[in-house]
Amino acid sequence: MASETGKTPRTVALFATCLADLVRPSVAFASVRLLEAAGCRVEAPAAQTCCGQPAYNSGDRKHAARIARRTVRAFRGYEWIVVPSGSCAGMMRGHYADLLEDDGGFGERVWELTSFLVDVCGFEGIETRWPMTAAYHDSCAGLRELGVRDQPRALLARVEGLELTELPDADVCCGFGGAFCVKYPDISTAMVRDKTAAVKSTGAGALLAGDLGCLMNMAGRLSREGNKVEVRHVAEVLAGMADETPPL
Amino acid sequence: MSFAGPANFRASAARALADEPLQRELAKFSRGFQVKRVEAASRLPEFEALRDRARDIKDHCLAHLDFYLERFEENCRAAGGEVHWCVTAEDARQAILDICRRLGARTMAKGKSMVSEEIGLNEFLAEEGVHAVETDLGEYILQLRGEPPSHIVAPAIHVATEQWTEAFRTAHADRPADRSLSDGSEIMAEARAVLREQFLGADVGLTGANFLVAETGSSVIFTNEGNGDLSQTLPRAHIVIAGIEKVIPTLEDLSVFMRVLPRSATGQELTVYTTLSTGPRRAGDLDGPEEYHVVLLDNGRADMLGGQFQDMLRCIRCAACMNACPVYKQIGGHAYGWVYPGPMGAVLTPGLRGVAEAGHLPNASTFCGKCEEVCPVRIPLPRLMRHWREREFSRRLSPAKFRYGLGLWAFVAVRPALYRLVAGMGARLLGRRRPWRRLPFAGGWTDTRDFPASEGRSFMSLWQAGRRR
Repeated sequence: MASETGKTPRTVALFATCLADLVRPSVAFASVRLLEAAGCRVEAPAAQTCCGQPAYNSGDRKHAARIARRTVRAFRGYEWIVVPSGSCAGMMRGHYADLLEDDGGFGERVWELTSFLVDVCGFEGIETRWPMTAAYHDSCAGLRELGVRDQPRALLARVEGLELTELPDADVCCGFGGAFCVKYPDISTAMVRDKTAAVKSTGAGALLAGDLGCLMNMAGRLSREGNKVEVRHVAEVLAGMADETPPL
Repeated sequence: MSFAGPANFRASAARALADEPLQRELAKFSRGFQVKRVEAASRLPEFEALRDRARDIKDHCLAHLDFYLERFEENCRAAGGEVHWCVTAEDARQAILDICRRLGARTMAKGKSMVSEEIGLNEFLAEEGVHAVETDLGEYILQLRGEPPSHIVAPAIHVATEQWTEAFRTAHADRPADRSLSDGSEIMAEARAVLREQFLGADVGLTGANFLVAETGSSVIFTNEGNGDLSQTLPRAHIVIAGIEKVIPTLEDLSVFMRVLPRSATGQELTVYTTLSTGPRRAGDLDGPEEYHVVLLDNGRADMLGGQFQDMLRCIRCAACMNACPVYKQIGGHAYGWVYPGPMGAVLTPGLRGVAEAGHLPNASTFCGKCEEVCPVRIPLPRLMRHWREREFSRRLSPAKFRYGLGLWAFVAVRPALYRLVAGMGARLLGRRRPWRRLPFAGGWTDTRDFPASEGRSFMSLWQAGRRR
């Protein structure tokens, strides 16, 4: 099969992540749109579930390894596996090798969405318009495990009407931390309060990030504070879905 | 001075979060050191390479620790010093007391030493009739206030200026009551005057060691106030207490740590003083102690050798990890309950006190990775915290509810058809327009945050039904 550009399209397997599956399919569909626009053919293997990070970070290696093996099997045969989350991608790319002793080169095939679009596809974005001032939060795992920092910003810079303001302490954890946020809710809340204060200080109308865990934490706190800042996954904005889908 | 214990973490953290003066100090602190570290590092092009070198030196030493410790002992003895090998905290306390007894010492001037906190030295000596005076400004105020340090480099980081003033007015009652004590320099001048008498009057001096140099048998301290130098040169005997992991092979190696440690700790190119001590006063020396003792402490460190936690023994106690830690920034150091707070404490404390007692600490991390990013000797702190969680999990020390919850989730996650069913049902149940203000079994989340509503259908159900955009 040949695309309009004449090149054979890459077949990409989308790992939607369990949070997008359960709470926000829009993130997965936005990823599909972006990947197709970048010339890829997208499949979503039915046997995908969760990456196993909750078990892994809770010290439950046995279950984490079992889930990791299932995931590796679910994506067998795909050369490119794309994940709209730095945290899940970091788990699959970096930690499966530790968990499975030998992940058979699986990790190298896993990419965080914006990094895949920019670093692999050289994608320049969909023509889209979103008149908004937005702040961008760097999720910890994407930033420090995968080096995702410039890619989302480069793509967002091409969205017409969108002005990106730098968030103070954008690289400081929002306090989500998986099970941390319910194991130590007081500390987690204090952390996310600092984050919402930083968001307010920018005067931005929207807050974007590349990880649903962080986004749900920050959106949940902003909404509890009665703050109307729109919280969205960066993929929704890049795919031009900000007008069709209500924010988190 | 006493610690609440790591087992009380949850309650101590809640208290810290509600402590307004503490929160004000923590907010100030969180900027300073971090910014200075980045600036200092950026001025030294080879900083990253030096971090690698520092890691490699430590790894080499830990792989041959017996050899370097024995070389240290040999060279220390050759210079006229004495080495005391102590397996437990009690052994170390006793060795120090024995020296004091033999010399008839009643007073001790102390430089800052976290290991002395680890063994509870001051309280022990007080019971035995030896009065130890802290001479580091931060440690001194803590001694006056009767509380332990909350940070391993800046021990009184949690104390506000008003509190300094108050403690000085109470403790130095012989000074004029109407004197001004409103800023740092006035406080420092008064401390200097009071402490000078202590240095001159002390029978023995005790310091920690940032490093022990095997090839020369020297102990090394990096300090800023000069109190360490006075503590170790003026009294009759100088006692050094150090963990066994502090030994490095050569002076050349020391030069690497001189460039890496101060930059990581306080953002200084060098600390104000870098002091090497080799043996007691020699014939013809103008000053120096008559006796020089090094108390080498194991206290659980050797058990960390050769296992999953060996990397932790590379730690050079610079505190960069706690300066960068967003959890430490919220709760401060006392909440961790023992001598070593922050990420390094979350790994070291379970090693020295057991995971049954200290299991909270490695759990109270979001694994954000900032600590590992700044660690000068590249200790993979999140990975080591995860290893403690694994020990805790396999020993069934984590709450049963939590373990069953995880087991149930894993049961579903390895059965894709069941998973899709559960996710589909969950998406329907959580689907509505407004966010959830309260959810059953999710109080940890919904007490302080809304839970975003689901879009109503799971992605996989929509995808399988043929929706593509």
